[in-house]
Amino acid sequence: MPEMGLVDVHHSAVKLEATNRGYERGLIELAERGADIIVMDADLAGSSGTSEFRKRFPDRFMDIGLCEQDMLGTAAGIALAGKCVYVTTHGMLAAGKAWDIIRSTICYGALNVNICGADAGLSAGGAGGSRQSLEDVAVMRTLPGMTVVVPADSLEAKKATIAASRIPGPVYLRFAAARVPIITTDITPFTVGKAEVYRRGDDVSILACGVVVYEAMKASRMLEDNGIGARVINCHTIKPLDRAIISRASVETGALVTVEEGASIGGLGGACAEALAQTGRATPLKIVAIDDRFGESGEHEELLNTFGLTARGISAAVREVISRKKDEQPQS
Amino acid sequence: MSPTPVELREVATVLRRDVLTMLLEAGSGHPGGSLSCVDILAVLYWHAMKVNPERPTWEDRDRLVLSKAHAAPALYAALARRGYFDVRELLTFRKLKSKLQGFPDMQKTPGIDASVGSPGQGLSIANGLAIAARRDRKNFRIYCLMGDGEAQEGQTWEAAMTAAHHGIDNVCAVIDRNHMMGDGNTEEIASLAPLGDKWKTFNWHVISVDGHDVEALSAAFNEASSTKGKPTVVIAKTVKGKGVPFMENRPEWHDRKLTEDLYEEAMRALA
Repeated sequence: MPEMGLVDVHHSAVKLEATNRGYERGLIELAERGADIIVMDADLAGSSGTSEFRKRFPDRFMDIGLCEQDMLGTAAGIALAGKCVYVTTHGMLAAGKAWDIIRSTICYGALNVNICGADAGLSAGGAGGSRQSLEDVAVMRTLPGMTVVVPADSLEAKKATIAASRIPGPVYLRFAAARVPIITTDITPFTVGKAEVYRRGDDVSILACGVVVYEAMKASRMLEDNGIGARVINCHTIKPLDRAIISRASVETGALVTVEEGASIGGLGGACAEALAQTGRATPLKIVAIDDRFGESGEHEELLNTFGLTARGISAAVREVISRKKDEQPQS
Repeated sequence: MSPTPVELREVATVLRRDVLTMLLEAGSGHPGGSLSCVDILAVLYWHAMKVNPERPTWEDRDRLVLSKAHAAPALYAALARRGYFDVRELLTFRKLKSKLQGFPDMQKTPGIDASVGSPGQGLSIANGLAIAARRDRKNFRIYCLMGDGEAQEGQTWEAAMTAAHHGIDNVCAVIDRNHMMGDGNTEEIASLAPLGDKWKTFNWHVISVDGHDVEALSAAFNEASSTKGKPTVVIAKTVKGKGVPFMENRPEWHDRKLTEDLYEEAMRALA
């Protein structure tokens, strides 16, 4: 689909980069353009991707120390004075430790604070279950007025970071530390709240977000070789969810698979299930995610494998929903 | 022109009566901790703070963050009497569609500078406002009114460290030191003493005053304004339920419902 400007994922020279880096480049571009932003970090600038920004724009940067709750509260105060703040910490610290401040101070006041959950999902690999944030999307999504975006690669991460500066209320941006393929290009369209069809197909739709969009693309390509047309939709914005594209996918392809590097409860899969159930159509749906358990130590790729978040795992899920579609359809 | 001490005391009495009327009408809310901080609010809004009720969002105004958000009735009464909105609105407190939510909501109430609710969060917000003011070379001040029980919240001390580290001198924390919390005496539940020493150790300028003495409070806020290079905390020793004899120092009046009879008795005490 050349109009999307996507990279051919089967090409061997696909470039790898952490989405954390895209966040940093987005911040630098904003500051270079003269945007009045303030970036905060809580002693994680080295890993979360704000260290280059700190070097170049020291007067726009504040490392508050190891106190995430105070950082989010301070960010709220800075935003109250009319400024656009980016707050950076690990996903599980933002969504876990600081959630009450995000809820009661930032969201309740509809403040312009962009919260960046770095090293999220399984990308904190070696650190294991306690540091891998799998539930961040679910808990952020319930907050009134919160926008939730999970970029697929570092380029999309940069676009999302810049886009967040134009959204007046709070935004949760989820980034990953693992180096993952860059599948989009500068011309690939990106609008918060608007999902994009990355591959066409009429037999099933794969709705994916984050770094596993790449795996969904690979799965679709593999399935195509077997005569199955799997539409791939990049659902980078979990909230507000692009209900129209999901509804269309359910009508046109009759079977859905969601894929995310997070909890199977309340994330993209949960959001799609909520949307779908309320359309009144009984479309078979399979949620490919991490099912009610913590992560564990390992390389990012090994962990994706363990949890079935690979082209192979996605293909198996696709075959399952397609067979359910056939079982559940009345024979004419 | 700044009001005289006599006038400030009169304002405080009016506010106390308003608080009781609101709480009777609402049928719920927090009398004890509202009454204990009324004199502080009177001195802030009628003496210390640079505000303009006709322009509640004026950029250069001084701000108040009511970290002890359950004292909302006292703040609403102060804002109404100061002219931010009609005094009759006070009777809608805690009711459906009211501007006056149980805990302050800046999106609904003119004059509320920050939405608050969860305890221990106010000082961080005040620091953020102060940092933004400094960046914009503005000289407004931020007051953060806290309950003493909030010193049991970890975030309070994170924020205390941040303010001192950054030499934030446009923040003045005010602790309503009434020694009572919802479940009883602070010193019996989780002791705060020596509270002043704790803040001193965190590199704050500490002023201890009688929190019902309007002259002492005025002097304390003046001293805080002229203290440079470090934040100031005013530890205001108060009586929970102040002004209503049957409520004074009684922890059960943290959030007890008023009856008509008790309301009449309280209003007689505040006549």
